[in-house]
Amino acid sequence: MHETDMTKALILTMRDWWESQPDRPRITNVHLIVGEFTCVEPASLQFAFEVQTRNTFLEGAALVIQETPLIAFCHPCQQDYRPEIGIQYTCPTCRSPMDDIRSGRELKIDRIEYEEHELCT
Amino acid sequence: MHMTHDAVLGINLLHANQEGADHNRAHFDAWGITCLNLMSSPGAGKTSLLEKTLAALRSHLQMAVIEGDMTTELDADRLRQYGVPVIAINTGRSCHLDSRMVAGGIHRLEQEYDPTQFDLVLVENVGNLVCPAEFEVGEHAKVALLSVTEGEDKPLKYPIMFQEADCLLITKLDLAPYVDVQVERIIANVRQINPTVTIIPVSTKTGEGLDTWFDWVRQCRQAGRSPAAHDHTQALLEQV
Repeated sequence: MHETDMTKALILTMRDWWESQPDRPRITNVHLIVGEFTCVEPASLQFAFEVQTRNTFLEGAALVIQETPLIAFCHPCQQDYRPEIGIQYTCPTCRSPMDDIRSGRELKIDRIEYEEHELCT
Repeated sequence: MHMTHDAVLGINLLHANQEGADHNRAHFDAWGITCLNLMSSPGAGKTSLLEKTLAALRSHLQMAVIEGDMTTELDADRLRQYGVPVIAINTGRSCHLDSRMVAGGIHRLEQEYDPTQFDLVLVENVGNLVCPAEFEVGEHAKVALLSVTEGEDKPLKYPIMFQEADCLLITKLDLAPYVDVQVERIIANVRQINPTVTIIPVSTKTGEGLDTWFDWVRQCRQAGRSPAAHDHTQALLEQV
């Protein structure tokens, strides 16, 4: 199950950010953008995230995944199209190969929501 | 009181792995080494191809192998008989090599040998058609293998590996007539998703195609990267 490793990579990246914050805030939500044309299955990622963040700085944080569709651009036809994953990737109009992916390869940490204690003055 | 904040990151999920890969590549570059990452499903013939490659090129090129295997050193032992340093990385339960594991291999290469003596490092990834495609390890080019026995539709079903590849070897060509597979159909399916990949059909049994592969390796060594693949890789990086 490679989502376990993806999650490990995600946690490492998050830790870099968290440790760069002077006050080490509590992270409540991690927003991901996961493309349809990647090797990541969102449901498996949710499960792995829940298990692997226990007893870490990310404990209790929710993983919010936004999926993006695979969209390619056909240069001869000058138009976007939706390749059918597993069946047909070429342009449905002119059969040119899929050589310009406009969406669907994202594996991105979009944003983080976090809480911090306001100091009383 | 608690204040809720929002931090926009917009960074790649594999940021940490990518940084490690860039670090590994910087080491290779400093030592004048070209690194190839060999990937395929289990049993496609990565180790057999490496055996032929080591035997044919060892008098021309100084090579080392970084060998990823889940539990055993069987593959590493097969390759050691060619008198080439083989660094085995036991990946445990992990289904692919990541840049940190390969960094461990590079570290051993540096400790046990003079790394500047090498021209080429061949990384044999864990047998898996899915995950290794997403984890760069510091290679200059990605080589995918697909055996004819796996079927014509695999490039359509596991597209990322074939889309990422700079060179694709269609292996076990000698078996094609027995498994009712048309190599042209495999190539057409690969071309749907990767119009620029170098495709070389080979058989390690009959030797067919191997000279073309050796030439590609030599060219890659001379260029320090896969020449045709450069733009392709750039275009992909701009996606993320």
